[in-house]
Amino acid sequence: MHMTECIPVEAYIDTNEPAQRVLAELLRPGKRGDGMGSAQQSATGTRPSGDGTERTGEAQTGRYAGASTGVLQANGVGEEDMVQLLDAGGTRHADGTFSPYIDALDAETLRGFYADMATVRRFDAEATALQRQGELALWVPVVGQEAAQIGSGRAMRPADYAFPTYREHGVALTRGLDLADLLALFRGVSNGGWDPREKNFHLYTLVLAAQTLHAVGYAMGIQRDLVADPATEPAAVVAYFGDGASSEGDVHESMVFAASYNAPVVFFCQNNNWAISVPFEVQSKIPLVNRAGGYGFPGIRVDGNDVLAVYAVTQWALEHARDGRGPVLIEASTYRVGAHTTADDPTKYRLNAEEESWKAKDPLARLETYLRAADLADDAFFDQVKNDDDELAAHVRQATLALGGADIRQKFATVYAEAHPLVAEELAWFENYEASFADADTQASTTQGGAA
Amino acid sequence: MSELSLFTLPDVGEGLTEAEIVSWKVRLGDTVAVNDVIVEIETAKSIVELPSPYAGMVAQLMVAEGDTVEVGTPIIAIGSDAPAAPAAPTAAPAGPDPEAQDMKPLVGSGPKADAVKRRPRAGSGTAVVAHAVPAAAPPAAGPAPAAASAPAQVPASNITGGGTAAKASRVLAKPPVRKAAKDLGIDLADVSPTGPRGEVTKKDLLSHQDQRTAGRDGTGAFWAPAAGSGLAGDPRVERIKVKGVRKATAKAMVESAFSAPHVSIFVDVDASRTMEFVKRLKASRDFEGIKVSPLLILAKAVIWAAARNPSVNATWTGDEIIVKHFMNLGIAAATPRGLMVPNIKDAQDLSLKELAIALNELATTARAGKTQPADMAGGSLTVTNIGALGIDTGTPIINPGEVAIVAFGTIKQKPWVVDGEVVPRWVTTLGGSFDHRVVDGDLSARFMADVAAIMEEPALLLD
Repeated sequence: MHMTECIPVEAYIDTNEPAQRVLAELLRPGKRGDGMGSAQQSATGTRPSGDGTERTGEAQTGRYAGASTGVLQANGVGEEDMVQLLDAGGTRHADGTFSPYIDALDAETLRGFYADMATVRRFDAEATALQRQGELALWVPVVGQEAAQIGSGRAMRPADYAFPTYREHGVALTRGLDLADLLALFRGVSNGGWDPREKNFHLYTLVLAAQTLHAVGYAMGIQRDLVADPATEPAAVVAYFGDGASSEGDVHESMVFAASYNAPVVFFCQNNNWAISVPFEVQSKIPLVNRAGGYGFPGIRVDGNDVLAVYAVTQWALEHARDGRGPVLIEASTYRVGAHTTADDPTKYRLNAEEESWKAKDPLARLETYLRAADLADDAFFDQVKNDDDELAAHVRQATLALGGADIRQKFATVYAEAHPLVAEELAWFENYEASFADADTQASTTQGGAA
Repeated sequence: MSELSLFTLPDVGEGLTEAEIVSWKVRLGDTVAVNDVIVEIETAKSIVELPSPYAGMVAQLMVAEGDTVEVGTPIIAIGSDAPAAPAAPTAAPAGPDPEAQDMKPLVGSGPKADAVKRRPRAGSGTAVVAHAVPAAAPPAAGPAPAAASAPAQVPASNITGGGTAAKASRVLAKPPVRKAAKDLGIDLADVSPTGPRGEVTKKDLLSHQDQRTAGRDGTGAFWAPAAGSGLAGDPRVERIKVKGVRKATAKAMVESAFSAPHVSIFVDVDASRTMEFVKRLKASRDFEGIKVSPLLILAKAVIWAAARNPSVNATWTGDEIIVKHFMNLGIAAATPRGLMVPNIKDAQDLSLKELAIALNELATTARAGKTQPADMAGGSLTVTNIGALGIDTGTPIINPGEVAIVAFGTIKQKPWVVDGEVVPRWVTTLGGSFDHRVVDGDLSARFMADVAAIMEEPALLLD
């Protein structure tokens, strides 16, 4: 089982201290793998290991505090541990808890997973091109994270509510948004681009981790709605965030509140291994999922490039939350194959070999392999997906170009609900100022939009 | 050439103002589809491939490879017509900084005084190339409106990491290290990395620099083992692309050397009194904290001599000689970016002390690589201080736009005959090159003699 649970501790010595290392060698027990070391071992810093292997992770430093009652022993989920139902080669694996969620799906749904992932990848390519052509001020690529987004998004019900970061294009697709609506923000012509209440998909949040607090607050609101009217459809909230945001205080506060109030929220962390140029090992010495134990709710680490596993664990977590059993933390292990944004150049801080090793774990390729091998999809299906996606890309392009330029007057209009003399005065000053620029340029700026 | 669509250089990273055209991926007459990669550019942040926003035939490549252009500059014209004459790429870079024309003196790529471009005010009448946005344009003739046709191909910029990923040797380093490497002229790929995840640290860079310096001193690392024939294709031949300041310097020198007929003359000077004067200035309370060198006296001498021989402070235009009643005194300076000639504006108005301060500021700014284009524009006469490197004299090449340049040789003790006796004196050689179209032998000789006179007796400045 992959949820956080108490397993025998791994203790360790501070290898920077030679005397201690010598002692450790002298006192190394002949037989290992039988759980806790003796009091003597712990006092001298010997490192017994739960699985009988030497721990080499340099991230683990510090001194072993012993096995006394009151000394924290659990270190839960390791770097290699994760729920996986479809491996990188496209082979299915069974899991007692999570396979049933997939076994219940028909072929149409499985093909839908693939189609969604392909759609968001094609959309992403088009948006990137539009940025390179000056039509968007910025774009935030999602390539590599399709399975984490489609799998989790597909697990949600219409009544559930998603709080995205600024990279949840795949989740937006599963919530039924027109993907073209996502681009108004990146063109700089809108602060949002859609009505979050229509599809229960909140606006993109650019402030790192801020949405996790909003999500918990929304979840607490659902609890109150249920109390006020027991006929309310039970629903849960998914709070999306990344490994970089995990270091923000907001995430901690939101998890404390979620646990305190037993709020129906699923914390869905896409650990894509890079917080812009900061590698994950700088954010945390151990997999993030272990933090759930500190707040006292379940945590699941899942292969974020396995859409089936992501779908299954998210279903499990949402049921847990909707049933009133409180929050769950999911850490989806994935990889940002492209740049952080179109203004970033990852070749300056990470090696090609690392990127290649993750491309070999591509979420689309493994599902295609599986669908073909299991005779669930044929060439016609994949051709159709490609055609549909090209049509969508053309639609997105057309819609983006039709957005035109930003109208800053709208900002003045929405400062207060009603007319306000100071705002009116400032608008008049601004209009006068704008009018002082050359006509040709004004024209260009309205047709070129916020792309400059 | 109707119905051409111009693609202007976009800001591909937040807030960039310019980019270098690295390589064109299309040629004149090629047919491109929407999203076909057309060009690779390098910004301050990264190398990026740009996909075409239009479908059609490439009618014009408007910027040459290697040129740096500002965001908003049209770089390619795409249309359905036959391609235009292939003149454009070799023409002057479209758009950039009009100052570039003014800063002919040996400069290429100084940092811009103000990278932020303001929009023109109403009535300024700036012609803006109106550029039809596909969605707004009726789908008539001309390039296919991009949105109408499903893009045939998308640049593989995402999953493959684009063309940049294809480059085999990727080097990891933080921005300050990259900057330092650039300043030192070190290719980061040559440095052995020891940082986490294999990144090059500042320490790695500095130790590489130490080794390089040691190797250069001993020249041990310079000569390659005998391998090739010495002919084309020999791996021992290093090819250095000519760009930036080097390119600008070369262009300015050729322009000057092959358009202005140079006459060079030399004069040996007993500069002992200058040395004494400098020594006394250094000791004086008035000059406390100010660096004083013989160059200060020479600068003053040149200004003084130019006033007595005005035609050396001039410009030749072909049908006119423009004599300048002011002295923007240029000082040739070796900077981290190459040779630059910033000048001291209105040097004729400066007192000795003010001139000393101006010289110090000019040198400090140049050494820091922070010389601005405006500092280099509008020079009227130049001094090159080759003596600082221990050289006796040389025949300098005149800065384009000027007609005279003075080379200041090293000052060292030499036997000198005074009143029939050989005595050790501080001797230097002054060299001067003059544009013979403006300055005849007689005038150049008078000018140099005047400069020499001050070096021999600085007290004449009190005249």
